[in-house]
Amino acid sequence: MVKVIIYPTNSLILSDLVERFGHQPIAMMEKIKEKISTVSVDSPPLNITAEDPKMGLKYAAVEVPAGVRGRMAIVGPMIDDAQAGIIVNESPMAFGCMGCARTNELTKYLIRQRDMPVLEVDYPRGDNEEEAKEFVYKIAEFLKSLPKDEEEGKA
Amino acid sequence: MSEKSVVKVALVSCGSEYAGVHKELESVAKSVDAKLVFPEIDVSSLDNIGRDFGIEAASPDLRLMMARARAVVEGMADVDGVFITSCFRCAEAAIVRNELRRYIHKYSDIPVISYSFTERTTAATLMTRMEALTTIARRKHLLAREHQTGLTAGIDSGSTTTKAVVMKDDRIIGSGWVPTIKVIESATEAFSRALEEAGVKQEDIQAIGTTGYGRFLVGEHFKAKLVQEEITVNSKGAVYLANKQKGPATVIDIGGMDNKAISVEDGIPGMFTMGGICAGASGRFLDMTAKRLGVDITELGALAVKGMQENVEMNSYCIVFGIQSLVNSLAKGSTPEDVAAAACYSVVEQIFEQQLQEVDVREPLILVGGSSLIEGVPKALSKLLKIEVLVPPNSHLIGAVGSALLASGFVEG
Repeated sequence: MVKVIIYPTNSLILSDLVERFGHQPIAMMEKIKEKISTVSVDSPPLNITAEDPKMGLKYAAVEVPAGVRGRMAIVGPMIDDAQAGIIVNESPMAFGCMGCARTNELTKYLIRQRDMPVLEVDYPRGDNEEEAKEFVYKIAEFLKSLPKDEEEGKA
Repeated sequence: MSEKSVVKVALVSCGSEYAGVHKELESVAKSVDAKLVFPEIDVSSLDNIGRDFGIEAASPDLRLMMARARAVVEGMADVDGVFITSCFRCAEAAIVRNELRRYIHKYSDIPVISYSFTERTTAATLMTRMEALTTIARRKHLLAREHQTGLTAGIDSGSTTTKAVVMKDDRIIGSGWVPTIKVIESATEAFSRALEEAGVKQEDIQAIGTTGYGRFLVGEHFKAKLVQEEITVNSKGAVYLANKQKGPATVIDIGGMDNKAISVEDGIPGMFTMGGICAGASGRFLDMTAKRLGVDITELGALAVKGMQENVEMNSYCIVFGIQSLVNSLAKGSTPEDVAAAACYSVVEQIFEQQLQEVDVREPLILVGGSSLIEGVPKALSKLLKIEVLVPPNSHLIGAVGSALLASGFVEG
């Protein structure tokens, strides 16, 4: 089992696929859940405080807007933690979306820079069922190719 | 390359031509005998560079920047330095600029600087940076010097204080430190004190080096053999005084008016940043804090280490608001110790937020400049970065020592 970061980072479908093939998805939902359930922090709705954009400075310079850095404070460590990645390009908003084009650019870049297996696939367009099957097939094959356990991963 | 060669600097920008600053860029390059060149690229590469490089930037000119940076790294462009620049306040450009700077630094040994401009950016603003860039390209042999030889002197004409040292065979034998009032007079006074302490005459000095804001004026007055900006001089001086000349180091210099963060490898600066948004992130703020607390600046550090910064909310992002929060906290009954600690922490926090993001912090971290003597400052920096901060002996004389060291390269025999 390896930790797989998904892009879009909050895609339920991708997260589910990763889990089905026995790996651990690294997804935004889990991190947001941690944020909002942190007791003693009162910064609704997401419990992101002024400290978070400062933490995001590790990933984006001070000139980059606070909203990007606040998002990167969550996404950046997810990328650092990943052992593999799946990037789905050109997907519709309903498939998953970070809501910020700049964060999207930086997130994809940082995933690509990591020395780890990364699959990039385009989201199937139109109603072509074959394309959709091919899309899922590529992801499935990629997930199957990843090590099943820690030892295999090291080897 | 020889010292007299024109330094070819690759301009990697997303449209300085449209921002009304291009003339200034050309002007600053000319003043340091450099030439700005646009790296040639294969036009067809622009279609895929977003995917190839990894950032699918919406702006085509940012893609052009990536293609040009890649041309530099792959050796298609024959250049000695790189200047990456984009508009201030453009988020996408800030992301691309930062990643390109890291990319060039990682995959080549070509010195690189980055800057975000507004239409008000002038050649003078960029002077020190561009001078440092060309020095690193042109004077690597001089920067490789590890020992001071002969009898040399260094004068650092800073914005707040002027420092001078006389050195002989790797030892400081005399020093002088005076407030800067009139540039030449203050330099003369500091230099005289250093000469007196060393017990030597000015005519015995084999070479003089000058640095700091008043370097040109002072250099001309004392017929200095080396007139050099503070980035290269101070980084050299820092690793020399800290005895960390080999391998990586990070130098932070908190000066009276601005501050510098410099990533150094074998004593030669790689990436560096200068400035800060406001004087709030400089020694000036600490000076004003000391005055408001009614203590001498030399006593502020001892006061700060006794205080708890967490007890006072202070932000020196702007020096005016910084002083305001200082006054407010005192009015609310905060102790001078807590206020002093908060002021030190605030300055360090600004440096962390504004500048340390732009250089890769690699240990050892060497803190220099007058502010390094204020004990609360290295303590706050160490707490913030969670690493040990090294303050070398004579850290306040850094520019003068670096100048004397480098000037000894001009001593014959």
